[in-house]
Amino acid sequence: MSSFNPKNMSAPERRKFRGLITMLVLSLFALIAFAYMPKEGAPVTYGFVLGGEWVLLKEWIINSKTASTLFAILALVTTFLAIFLFKIKRSSRIVSFIFGASFLMSFLSWAASGKFVPFTGLLQGALLLSVPLIFGAMAGVISERSGVINIAIEGQLLAGAFVSGVLASLFANNWIGLFFAPFAGALIALLLAVFAIKYGIDQVILGFVLNVLVIGLTNFFYKKLLIPYQSEWNSAVAFVPIEIPLLSKIPVIGPIFFAQSIIVYLMYIVVTLIHITLFKSKWGLRTRAVGEHPTAAESVGINVNRLRFKNVILAGAIAGLGGAFFTLGAVGSFSKEMTAGKGFIALAALIFGRWSPMGAVAAALIFGFADNLQGLLTIIGTPIPSEFMLMAPYIATIIAVSGFIGKVRAPAADGIPYKRGGGSR
Amino acid sequence: MRKILQKIKLPILALVVALFVSGLLIAFSDPKVLALKGDPLSMIAKALSIAGSAYWALFRGSIYDPQLADTGFFGGLYPLSETIVVSTPLILTGLAVALAFKAGLFNIGAQGQFIVGAIGASYVGFTFELPIVLHALAAIVAAIVCAGLYGGFVGLLKARTGAHEVIVTIMLNYVASYFLLWLLSTKAFLREGRMDPIAPEVLESSRLPRLAGQDYRLHAGIFIALLAAAAVWWLLNRSTLGFKFRAVGANAKASRTAGISVAKSTTFVMVISGALAGLGGAVHILGADHALTNEVGGSFGFDAITVALLGRATPLGTVLAALLFGALRAGGLTMQATTETPLDIVLIIQALVVLFIAAPAVIKAIFRLKNVEEGQAIGSKGWNG
Amino acid sequence: MSLELRGITKRFGALTANDAIDLKVESGEIHAILGENGAGKSTLMNIVYGLLAPDEGTISVDNKVLKIESPLDALAAGIGMVHQHFMLIPVFTVAENIVLGHEKVKGPGFLDLERARREILRVSAEFNFDVDPDALVEDLPVGIQQRVEIIRALIYDAKVLILDEPTAVLTPQETDELLRNMKKLRDQGTAIVFITHKLREVREAADKITIIRRGKVVGTASPTASQEELASLMVGRPVSLDVEKNAPKLGGIALDVRNLTVRDYTGRALVKNVSFSISDGEILAVAGVQGNGQSELAEAIVGLQEHIEGEITLDGKNLAGVSVRKALHSGIAFIPESREEDGLISSFSIEENLILDLHDLPPFSNGSAISQVAVAENGVKRVAEFDIRALSPKDPASSLSGGNKQKVVLARELSRPVRLVVASQPTRGLDVGSIEFVHERIIAERDSGRAVLLFSTELDEVVGLADRIAVMYRGEFIAIVPADTSREELGLLMAGVKR
Repeated sequence: MSSFNPKNMSAPERRKFRGLITMLVLSLFALIAFAYMPKEGAPVTYGFVLGGEWVLLKEWIINSKTASTLFAILALVTTFLAIFLFKIKRSSRIVSFIFGASFLMSFLSWAASGKFVPFTGLLQGALLLSVPLIFGAMAGVISERSGVINIAIEGQLLAGAFVSGVLASLFANNWIGLFFAPFAGALIALLLAVFAIKYGIDQVILGFVLNVLVIGLTNFFYKKLLIPYQSEWNSAVAFVPIEIPLLSKIPVIGPIFFAQSIIVYLMYIVVTLIHITLFKSKWGLRTRAVGEHPTAAESVGINVNRLRFKNVILAGAIAGLGGAFFTLGAVGSFSKEMTAGKGFIALAALIFGRWSPMGAVAAALIFGFADNLQGLLTIIGTPIPSEFMLMAPYIATIIAVSGFIGKVRAPAADGIPYKRGGGSR
Repeated sequence: MRKILQKIKLPILALVVALFVSGLLIAFSDPKVLALKGDPLSMIAKALSIAGSAYWALFRGSIYDPQLADTGFFGGLYPLSETIVVSTPLILTGLAVALAFKAGLFNIGAQGQFIVGAIGASYVGFTFELPIVLHALAAIVAAIVCAGLYGGFVGLLKARTGAHEVIVTIMLNYVASYFLLWLLSTKAFLREGRMDPIAPEVLESSRLPRLAGQDYRLHAGIFIALLAAAAVWWLLNRSTLGFKFRAVGANAKASRTAGISVAKSTTFVMVISGALAGLGGAVHILGADHALTNEVGGSFGFDAITVALLGRATPLGTVLAALLFGALRAGGLTMQATTETPLDIVLIIQALVVLFIAAPAVIKAIFRLKNVEEGQAIGSKGWNG
Repeated sequence: MSLELRGITKRFGALTANDAIDLKVESGEIHAILGENGAGKSTLMNIVYGLLAPDEGTISVDNKVLKIESPLDALAAGIGMVHQHFMLIPVFTVAENIVLGHEKVKGPGFLDLERARREILRVSAEFNFDVDPDALVEDLPVGIQQRVEIIRALIYDAKVLILDEPTAVLTPQETDELLRNMKKLRDQGTAIVFITHKLREVREAADKITIIRRGKVVGTASPTASQEELASLMVGRPVSLDVEKNAPKLGGIALDVRNLTVRDYTGRALVKNVSFSISDGEILAVAGVQGNGQSELAEAIVGLQEHIEGEITLDGKNLAGVSVRKALHSGIAFIPESREEDGLISSFSIEENLILDLHDLPPFSNGSAISQVAVAENGVKRVAEFDIRALSPKDPASSLSGGNKQKVVLARELSRPVRLVVASQPTRGLDVGSIEFVHERIIAERDSGRAVLLFSTELDEVVGLADRIAVMYRGEFIAIVPADTSREELGLLMAGVKR
């Protein structure tokens, strides 16, 4: 099967092959559209922050045409590398990642021709936009790995945002707000758990209805209390970023990762814990077991529905904590429907990342980057309408679930209620 | 008669409980009530009066308003006409979701399909000059085609690649919203001399006739919606195609084994579902709004899901549920304007009604009921199914 | 150690699955529970194992009444079970499956698989099981998967071992080996509950036999009882164990399959280069252990498989790559393996299920609408013709018993013009009466000149019905042999040993 005749390939190989073709086409597209077609290049200035100070320490000025060419060629090289790897039947995520980054840089250099790009800020903003996505996706991982579909991530985020903002305002204490955010998410998750696990209701529909409920509730209280009595109910201020000594001084990386608010640091902890425990701990083994084959788990004495119940609540708590980022991590006060569909993008990240914690984080970071890039390009003005940039994550998700990047498969029992003794499979 | 009563008992009780819970919310979130903390009796009295006046406003805004009755009884029915105006597109989007449910698909994308339909109808409506009737028909056909394709794409994708329709439709809703926003910034769609996203009004010749004079927005769209409901009923219960849809919805594997093409059924049903939602968009533009804005979708597509669930995914149930939610929407505006009770209480009522209906155990426990027809639950299946 | 059940009763709605069952199993004996499909054996054992709660009755171990509310209690009481449908998680390794539920941790809560690996290798060596602790379960053949379940029970020190229809997935030789191992465990003092409906195995291995019929204990027997005695106790009437049929009257070639390969979506070949043909009036039975490509081969012939290579012709007309609909309408009747999942739509009425295949053709449809009258007439006719026991053809299919469900499938599939019957495990899970009905129908089809392709994992059924036998192993037809081939030889072929 070392030849490139698709007829001789298995379906996954064919899919990978299609992926390679896509990479090749994109590289060539970058080379032509971003590097060759523009008549004149103008200088692009990339600004980097090298230390913990918010002063520009280093600029990299390069002709846009040159930069686009450079990155397009880099993309092409990684494509060939990927083809080579395919030939010797290997694959590498790092290669794909470098390809993606090069393509985006080639695009950016073209789009920002003659403009200034605050590069560190771009990445920092991307991370910030990813934070709620990552929390949401982690909530999805825990819930869905144990077999309960969580469409209510959006509602859990919104509940967390609302409760943390309001409590922080009422008590004039952000820590109280932060402390109760997970409870808000968990409360929504409790409804999900009771109706989905106890009554066996379709989890997709249920999640959808819960989202409507939370949007209704938060909008109601927002209009009834938060607007008229703003000073009392909705006057929280955001946490100030904490700079971690030494780490925040690392060039480029430091200011991006280690000069953030407490919620971002909590996110690092949550992600690390989930990644390790899901695959290495007793809880993780059981969680994956009830998500794959609940009857088998029951037969070795695991209480399937109790574990699912716990996990759904835990998932809600994580999403609720992530919700606090909208208020306390960013602007302080709550505003109507401020999660703006981020819960669904988190769901997309979960699926894009194939239900693995690290995959979901990577997808969330990419979506966050695309979102922030869109914002930047709207400000500096580009040939592409911002609406199309805004569509990008959604279209990428459709492409992903259509099997273009490989068969996306959920845990086998995800979404199927379990009845004891009856056996759901 | 008894049978009908059995059927609607649960939905009605669910509505009663939802209204009660929401009433508590309205009353006890009011500072005037909370201020009476020390005095339980007057607190309850105040709570009752506040919730009562809110629901009275809801009624006045949705069914009959005596204050408007100075021109006679029919003047007082103005709110009812508004209820029907709001319900008309809801019936159509609700049917879209209900039909897909019956075929085993969860079409969350009615919102996007509604928008795409509205775009199509609006474009034909303000661009071409055609004779009356023909123009409206052309605009409707454009909406049906655009939205049918938009919905059908989901079905095709599911049939060909197994991409789950829930994910794809959620994503396509966003795509449609941004696409609309972009369109309304282009020369072709942006109304001359305007900066805000609004398209030119559709021409007179394309508008649906008003039924009760120009003072009322009530338009012929309601007949289109009722006709569509009848058509969906026939499709599901009498037609050969509908048999396939139901068979695939109930057990896709067995249908495939018996020679029914699941891929075709999935694609067709999404085409029709999308077309129904798009028809909703067309009717709303040609009948009520007349001009496309970025807010055209409102929440017609999302409410459609609760409508279909409340209506048990049957055409008649969907029509009734759409009228109910349309009334809540229309009345909610009056309530918001006159009693400081936010419109969003309607969302809460909707969500609670559907939750209670989905889990009859709660209602049964409250009312100590034994025999309640629970109807056919909408089957639960996983991502892979 | 002894296990004693007293008055165990379990009802599912109107059905009493277990009716006041008493049973005593002593250590050091193999106690067979014999009963036909649907007699209530599995329900009883699921109660003992804590997967179901009894409505009445007690379970005691060593004369102490125990409350067994979950498998955890059963395991703690020393009761282990090898399930009919294996309770293993396909995407986990053997070691992960074995520690699941009994996890040991090291350090700050990390799973410790090392001990499990050592234990697996120890037990594996003692019984010659040859199981790799780090293999993924989904990659293992069913025979090995069963060994994993046995290992799990032994590692957790089961004093009472329940084996629920353990031989259904084994070749005759594997069955013999299992029976030997059961005896070895018995001699070491384990109490073994052996659930089966296979008379031969009961007579060979059991020390005591308890017979269950329709949820009740109807008697005990000694292993020396004849097969006929056991059978009539099991069914409640004298049954003839042999299928009666005349010599075949062969016609021309109906189905011809050449070099057929079927792949799954990952490109793995599940059926490899299979060639055979069947004549009119002939039954070709495909024998083999479950999961050797039989289902995929059956599905490929009716067009249910996507990735196929090779030729399939019926009466000279190509069937490879055509739609299911086309295949069915060229004269194939298809009895799928799973009635519930593939054969019927449970929520549809019986009469609707009877026209699933013909709903868009006259007289049932005029092209756009379904004729309610024609559907109803057809329903009444078929229900009578196939003796389907239902209150009304308008009742949902879910209200039927297993045997009557299968009759609905037969009625639908045999009411088209048929040239070839493809029957996949047509009697799986049926009671003896229904089995006889299905067998008679299959023979009747053959005698009226149709070709029959029968897939069965029950060697008795294969031997009883076949005019020729094909043995399938790992996707290949390892041999096509005459119907009178000995069981030993068939067994070797099923295990992949060529002549």
